[in-house]
Order: sequence, then C-alpha cells, then structure tokens
Amino acid sequence: MASQSEYPQSAPAEDTPMEDLSEIDNDEPLVEEESMFNDLRITTLPGAEEGSASFEIKGEDHTLGNALRYIIMKNPEVEFCGYSIPHPSEEKMNIRIQIYPEYWETTKPYDVLLKGFDDLSDLCDHVTEAFTAAKDAHGKHEDK
Amino acid sequence: MPSSTQNIDQRRVVGVEAEIVTNVTSTDFPGHWPNEDHSWDINKFKQSFKVVFHKNSPLFAEFDLIHIDASIANTFRRILLAEVATLAIETVYVSNNTSIIQDEVLSHRLGLIPLTGDKAALRAMKWYTKAAPGEAARYPTDEDTIVLHLRAACERLPGAKKSETDPDKLYKNHSVHARDLIFEPAGKQVQTFAANPVRAANPDILIAKLRPGQEIDVTMHCVKGIGQDHAKFSPVATASYRLLPLIKIKKPILGRAAERFAACFPKGVIAFEADPNTGEKMAVVGNARNDTVSREVLRHEEFKGFVELGRVRDHFIFSIESSGQFDADELFLSAVATLKAKCTYLKRDTQRMLKKQALDARSGRDQSRLKRGDRGWME
Repeated sequence: MASQSEYPQSAPAEDTPMEDLSEIDNDEPLVEEESMFNDLRITTLPGAEEGSASFEIKGEDHTLGNALRYIIMKNPEVEFCGYSIPHPSEEKMNIRIQIYPEYWETTKPYDVLLKGFDDLSDLCDHVTEAFTAAKDAHGKHEDK
Repeated sequence: MPSSTQNIDQRRVVGVEAEIVTNVTSTDFPGHWPNEDHSWDINKFKQSFKVVFHKNSPLFAEFDLIHIDASIANTFRRILLAEVATLAIETVYVSNNTSIIQDEVLSHRLGLIPLTGDKAALRAMKWYTKAAPGEAARYPTDEDTIVLHLRAACERLPGAKKSETDPDKLYKNHSVHARDLIFEPAGKQVQTFAANPVRAANPDILIAKLRPGQEIDVTMHCVKGIGQDHAKFSPVATASYRLLPLIKIKKPILGRAAERFAACFPKGVIAFEADPNTGEKMAVVGNARNDTVSREVLRHEEFKGFVELGRVRDHFIFSIESSGQFDADELFLSAVATLKAKCTYLKRDTQRMLKKQALDARSGRDQSRLKRGDRGWME
C-alpha cells in the first residue's frame, strides 16, 4: 500500500506530473482528490466521541461563530453548542457540539454542523429576498 | 397609543430599569420552554421575519430587521465592517515629495481616501496577492490593480500685493485635493471604467498643503481588500444597529405632570391626548423610535410606578453609512451573500474533511485510531 509520502501535499493538481498517477493503487485516492484535501479550513479536534465533537475552523471569528452557534442551538437534537476563540492572535475558531444521547444512533456531530450550514444558508436566502422586496417597495432617494 | 408596542410579547422585551437591565438573553431555543417548539424552521422564519425601510439613499440606509436573533444581526454588521471588499490605495510610489508632509504620512492619508468608480467593474476586479517571501515577484495586471497619479507643484502667482495674506491670491496649487487624483486606465480598464472612472468618492478631501517650490509627484496602486486587513478597505463609514425602545405608561399621567413627563424624553417621543373621561391633557407614547432610553424619567419620584422602559430584543434598527464606493443597500446584500458564501465553502470543506477521514481510516494510515474502534470520521 502506498504511503503518505508518495502524495504531493502542497503542489497544485495541474503541476503534478503524470508518472505520479500511475504509481498509485486504484483503491487509493487520486492525486486530484488528494489536492482537494489541501487547505481544508476545518478539522475535527482530538477527543471526539460518538455524540460530541469540537471542530476547529481556520480564518473565522465571532462573525460566523455566533451565528453558527445560534442556528445549531436551534436544532432540537443538540444538547449543547458553544464556540470559542482560543487565542486572539490566532485566526481560529473552535465550535463544540454535543448531542442528546437518544439521537446518537442517527445523528453525528458533523451532521448537526452540516445542517447548521444549510440552515444558515436558507436564512441568508430569505433575508436577501425580504430585504430586496422591502427596498424595492420603499424606493430610493438622493443624498441630501 | 400604537397597540403593537403595548401588547407586545413580554418575552421579546428587555427591561431597562434605573440601575439594571432584565430579561437580556433570547430564550427561543428547543428545550428552554416546556411544550414549546423552538427548533429552526425556515417556513416559520419566512412568516415572522420582516424588513421595513425608513431611509434609503446611496450613502445612507436605515431599515428595521424584525424577528431576527441578535447573533445574526450582529454577524451582518460585522461582515459589513470587516469583510465586504472594496478598492483602496495600497502602494504609493513617491517620485518626489518636497511638501511638509512626510512620505509615509502622505501615503497613509492617500490610502484612507474612499474611492469610487464603475461598480460592476470594481466588483469584477480580482484579488492582488503579494508574493510570499522568497517567491518570484507578482506583477500587477489590469484585472487586479488600478493606477492613480497625483502631481502637484505650487508656484507664486505673479502680481500679488506685498501685503496680501490670502494664499488663494498668493499661490497657485497651494492645496492638493482628492479631486487631483488622476486615473490611468490600463488594458481592459479603458472600456470597463469608460463611463465611470475611478476617482475619490468625495473630491473635496484635502490631501496636503503646499508652498512655492514644493512639489508632490506620486503614483499609486489600488487593490481590492477587506476591512479585516485594514480599515481603509471597510466599505462603510459606520454600520450599526440599536433595539427599538419601548415605553409603557401604566397609569394615566395628566395635566402639568404630563408635560413634565414628556420633558424627560426627546422631542416627539411623548405625545398628548385628551383624557377620555375628564378631557384633561394626558401623556401617551408618540414616536418611541426616537427615544434614547436615557432613563431620565426613572429619576423622578413622581413617575414611580407610572412607566416601564424597555427595548424589543428582536427589533433591530439598522443603519448603514456607505463610504461612497457602493450604495448602502447593496452593501447589506453583499454582507448577506458573504455569510452565505462562508456557509457554502465551509460545508464543502466539512464534507471533504469527512471524506479524508474516511479515506485515512480505510488506508490505515493511522493504525492506532483503528485499534480504538471504527471511529473513522474522528481525527
């Protein structure tokens, strides 16, 4: 089985020579796929369990943190959700999700996170719609 | 008295008392109230959420966001301040500067000038990324950089009286303004910015003052950036919200007391009506929106028990003041779109992370994890 070192870790996919592809076992991810795993902004922090996990999101702060916390707390399967910025000089935001034990079989913390992103997107769509309608109804005037 | 502000759901009210605030946090979460469903439902949100516009001009918009949580309203505000991209002067090449203002101070002043231009062309601009240390230099292109020039030299005006003290009569070009910035379109920019060239949003900004013999000759490169990186990229002069004030008069306040009561509030907040029984002058709530919730009324012993002050927790009076590059209402829509984009990208990254964890587990790159049981998705 191919070891990790055979995969280019940072080179963009288009720069990868064809030979690298031929060396890879078919069961293994392709180089293109591997490059898609570079620069992921989210990781699962150690200590995750069946119904609870913390995720670290790079480059996010209170802006997304609090909105995401709110929408995840609106999920009835969630017992606890909180976020923190461990250090102000690191651009990282940790979000913690815990699920009520009765939902452990059907829902994983990442399901809740993904639903949070979907719900927040839906919210944005409707805010855009309602805002545009109200704006058009009101009309626009010149600056004084 | 508007009934809507009187019979408001008490859960929506943040109480403001003389020394304390009450009922501050929102409680509309599942599990908080017995036998009530507060789980997220987009259809419920669609029914309850309201936007009401009050003012909308290119540079200023005021509107109400009703039935939305503070965390979401605050996210929009924060994105407006720090994450909606604008164009600003990033690099200043000083060919000559003999003015009293030092090069670095002049550069900083130039950077802070809000720019404007064709909105579609500005939006279509790409990001210019500086080369990392050790990397080959990246050259600016017509897609990511706008070039401006500023050239000014001060001279004496001939024929001025010796006793003259007015600089306008003594010198030529003694004040350098933002209107003196000259846009030098390159490549495609000649067409895209033809109707609406890049220029200062406010032409009257004073950049420097000169005296005869002094000269400024600089070339500027403008790039797209966000307020998180530098305040000059922030598209708003300010974006803020406040909660709708709520005044509840519990017992009739009549006659001269009604006037003293009204004097505790800004003009127009308290109105007068005739008491239906006696015809006496009676204080009623006029325009509570204009109240500052100063709590002055709570300092007066005579009104103790007559009035309750508060704010509506989910009624945001949002105001956006644009710095001039984009219209205030457009900026709000960009902020909402930015939040949506964050969700979309992070959702994709989460799915990739899960895929990576599953692949990692399968290929046995992390044997120790497999020994602990099948918890492939956990890193």
